[in-house]
Formats: sequence, structure tokens, C-alpha cells
Amino acid sequence: MGNLAIILKRELLSYFATPLAYIFIVIFLIANGILTFDVGGFYARGQADLLPFFSFHPWLYLFMVPAIAMALWADERKTGTIELLLTLPIRLADAVLGKFLAAWVLTGIALFLTFPIWLTVNYLGDPDNGVIFAAYLGSWFMAGGFLAIGSCMSACTKNSVIASILTVSICFLFVIMGSPILLNAFPEWVPQYLVDTFSAMGFLTHFDSIAKGVLDIRDFLFFSVFIAAWLCASAVVIEMKKAN
Amino acid sequence: MIEINNLTKNFDQFTAIDNLNFTVKEGEVLGFLGPNGAGKSTTMKLITGFLSASDGTVCIDGHDISKSPIEAKALMGYLPEGAPSYADMTTLEFLRFIAQVRGYRGEEINKRVQHVLDEVELNAVSNQTIETLSKGFKRRVGLAQAIMHDPKVLILDEPTDGLDPNQKHHVRELIKNLARDKIVIISTHILEEVTAVCSRAIIIAQGKVVADGTPAELESRSKYHQAVTVRLKESYDLETDLTSLVDVAAVEKDAEDEMVFRILASQGKPIFAQVSEIAQAKHWPVTEFHVSRGQLEDVFRTVTQQIQGAE
Repeated sequence: MGNLAIILKRELLSYFATPLAYIFIVIFLIANGILTFDVGGFYARGQADLLPFFSFHPWLYLFMVPAIAMALWADERKTGTIELLLTLPIRLADAVLGKFLAAWVLTGIALFLTFPIWLTVNYLGDPDNGVIFAAYLGSWFMAGGFLAIGSCMSACTKNSVIASILTVSICFLFVIMGSPILLNAFPEWVPQYLVDTFSAMGFLTHFDSIAKGVLDIRDFLFFSVFIAAWLCASAVVIEMKKAN
Repeated sequence: MIEINNLTKNFDQFTAIDNLNFTVKEGEVLGFLGPNGAGKSTTMKLITGFLSASDGTVCIDGHDISKSPIEAKALMGYLPEGAPSYADMTTLEFLRFIAQVRGYRGEEINKRVQHVLDEVELNAVSNQTIETLSKGFKRRVGLAQAIMHDPKVLILDEPTDGLDPNQKHHVRELIKNLARDKIVIISTHILEEVTAVCSRAIIIAQGKVVADGTPAELESRSKYHQAVTVRLKESYDLETDLTSLVDVAAVEKDAEDEMVFRILASQGKPIFAQVSEIAQAKHWPVTEFHVSRGQLEDVFRTVTQQIQGAE
């Protein structure tokens, strides 16, 4: 077991050592149920797919992911354990990635536990399970994007509440970037390639197509690169900020 | 061996560590002294590679901490200031985590963890979460993780801070036992600790080394070194009797007890024999008569205030 795995395991166990992991999972499942069946009109649509389920995920993650990401580094700095962690013979990359992966696995577990919805839709009709699987994967990758932002924001401050607020704000920005309301607000003189670039950075742009079953490797690539970039930024911020 | 060359650390405009140079050899227990804010903790953070230096180098057994940090860190055990540890883990879980990171696998993990649990007497709390432990136990958990891999270099930032006298004694014994073939650097502002455990002391102030030597050498710099303390029954003019002795520098009255006098030796020369001869010849009305060692506290104040005065 390498250092990455050791750190991942420690972080994951510490989520379950406190009620945090359980509360996160329970609320995630309840919120998913309400949003899919009541707000999303799962039954009323009369279609055997999980579009109402997935289309709320960006908004659900927006409020739930910062709760698990906020403590990633802020608490380490507040309690001084960062000094312990970074003087152990491990690479900073292992620490950053290990912590991120632990949080990502937790969201993965929560997502996995929504499987009764998948059972329901299979009981009621005959959905395309390939599409559903891709959408699950896409949703998990998007959660990773939110978490990577959260990791970086958490590295910026000792105060986890501030980290959480910053994460929500920046994630919100990335969620709405691709939405028509925002894109239409651009004045005419802004060149189209700028608007396109801007729109291409939006989570909704990529996730909407995944949720609808359009499986494009570029959407997954987007989230992968996005995660990598924010994790690199986390490492840089940690290196800069650890002295104070 | 630890070699520290021209080590400098700037925070924005402020120079926390100013061109520090020293080497520490195996078997030495180095006490790192200095007033609050002198740069003790910063120096330790630079040695352990938590912070990177603005200038200069730190080499641990030939491994430069900035060039091969993993190798250098593997040689060191470190107790950071305040003994931070993961509060939501139990003592056992935490130590097992450290053992894994330190490269132990399988049955070795249990052996090492049990060894350090015995060494710092933590067995009683091994299944409690760290946040529920008392300050003394938390500090011992910190010590336990630092000695997990039997490191060649042990760096302890205020290891006895907040411990009761029994625990302090225990930790000092532990450090002495560990020290034989290792390098131990401890920072402290408890001066008795230096006399108790250290073979060498460095006093720093404003990021510079202001004194470096064995505790005995530093003590001998004190103006009270070799001084003779006398308690009188009735007032008596000591000074006139002592004018003939060239090695006597001054006679000082005790601040609290006006019947107690200190006869100070010039440049720490032994004056006890001469003074006692005079005392017998002149029939001084003494009830107490003894020679005192130098006071580290006095040296500490003198050297750290000199540098502040110089600026």
C-alpha cells in the first residue's frame, strides 16, 4: 500500500468516525428522493429514464459537496496537523490527491446508494441502462469537479465556514456558465469564440448532454482536466500558505 | 549529522532567521533556547522541511532537505509545537497510521505501535479518541509518533510544555534514553530542562545565535559563577575586608533578604578558598556560607537583551 492509499484510507475512515459521512449520505438520499419524485415529476412524465433524477444533481452538489470539502485543508491548518502531515516522508501530491480521493469516494458511496431509484425505473419500465450508467459516471465526475474546487478553497483559509462559502460561490459560477440566461447577457461586440469558451467551461454544458445519454468522451475529459487543474492549484496554495 | 549553513528565512519584510550556522553530531542533545518570537519554532520548521528556507541549506546526514526531502524526512522524527494529532482518531488508529506512513507493513505495524505505546506509557488510553485525552496524554501521543521509526534525528518543539512535574521528569528520562546514538534537538524556554537533559545549548535571539556551548560553559558566563553567598547574623561591612582580594569583583546585596550578600568573582575565578580564609580570620558573623554555580537564567537574560539593546 503506497502513501496515497494510506492517506486515502485515513481520510475516509475519519469521515466515518464522525457523523459527517452518515449525515451527508442520508440527506443526499432524502433530497434526491424529494427532487426526483415530487419536484421532478418522475411518475407524471411516464418515461422510463432517470432524467429528473440526474438533472437536479448539479444543484444538489452545489450545496452538499462544499460541506465535505470545506474541512479538507482548513482543519489541517487550524489544528496544526498540516505540520505533522507535511513533515512525514510523503509527497505533497500524495497528500492532496489522497484527501481529494477520500472525499470523492464518499460522494461515490452516496451516489451508489441511490440505486433503489434505478431499481424502481427498471421495475416500472424498460430504460436504457447504458445511458443510466454513463449518467451516473458523469454525475460522479461532476461531483469530483466540485470537490476539486472545494479542496483549493479549503487550502486558502483556516476557517472552514469561509472555505465553504467560497466553494459554493465559485461552484455556482461554474454551474451557470453554460446556461442560456448568462450567455444571452453577453453584449453583441463580444467575439463568439469568447462566448463559446466561456460556455464550454460550464458544468451544465457538459453534464446536460451526459444526463441525456449523449456519451461524449470530451465531456469526461473536461471534468478530468478540470479536477487536475484545481488540485494543482490546491498544492500551490498549500505550499504558499502553510507558513502562516 | 545535521549541517546548517547560512540558513535564512524572510517573511515579507521581516527576517525571522538571520544567517544561522551550526552542526549537530550524533549523541548530542541540543537545547534550543530563546525568548518568544526569537525564531526557535521557525528554525525547527526549516530543519524538518515544513517551511522552505529563503537562503542557505539544511543537510540531514548528507540529504539536503530541499533537494531530497523524502529521504531527509525519513530520518527525522518531529514533534511540532502543541503536539498536533488527528483528534477524531483513537490513539491506536493514529499510531497505526503513522507506522504505515513510516513504511511498516503487516505484523511489524503491531510490533512498532506496541513498542511506542510501552515506551511512552500510553496503553491505558490506546482505544480512546485523541480529543478526549488530557494535555499530558496528547503530548505523549505526539512523542510516540515522533519515535515510531526509531529515527536518527529527533526534533521536539517544547516537548514538556503543559506537563505536570512527574510527566516532565518522565519525558526527560525518555529523551536521555533515546539520545545515546541519536541527534536530539529540543526547543524550550524552561532553563532547568537544559541543565537536566542537554549536552549543548544554543541561545538564539532575533534569528541569530547569541550563545553556543555546553550548559556548564554557558553557566560560567554568568556573573554569579563562582560567587560566594553569605548570610549574616548582624550587619557587618564585608567590602572593606575584601578589598585586598583582586579576584573579587563586587559585593551584591540580595534583593529580598538584606542579610544575604553575594560576593561576585571577577571572570568566574574560584574565590571560595580565599574568601573563607578571610571570613575565619575576621570572625564574620555568618550563618550560611556557600559557593553558587552560574545561573543560566542570568546568562539567558544578558545575551538576549544585549542583542535587543544593540538594535
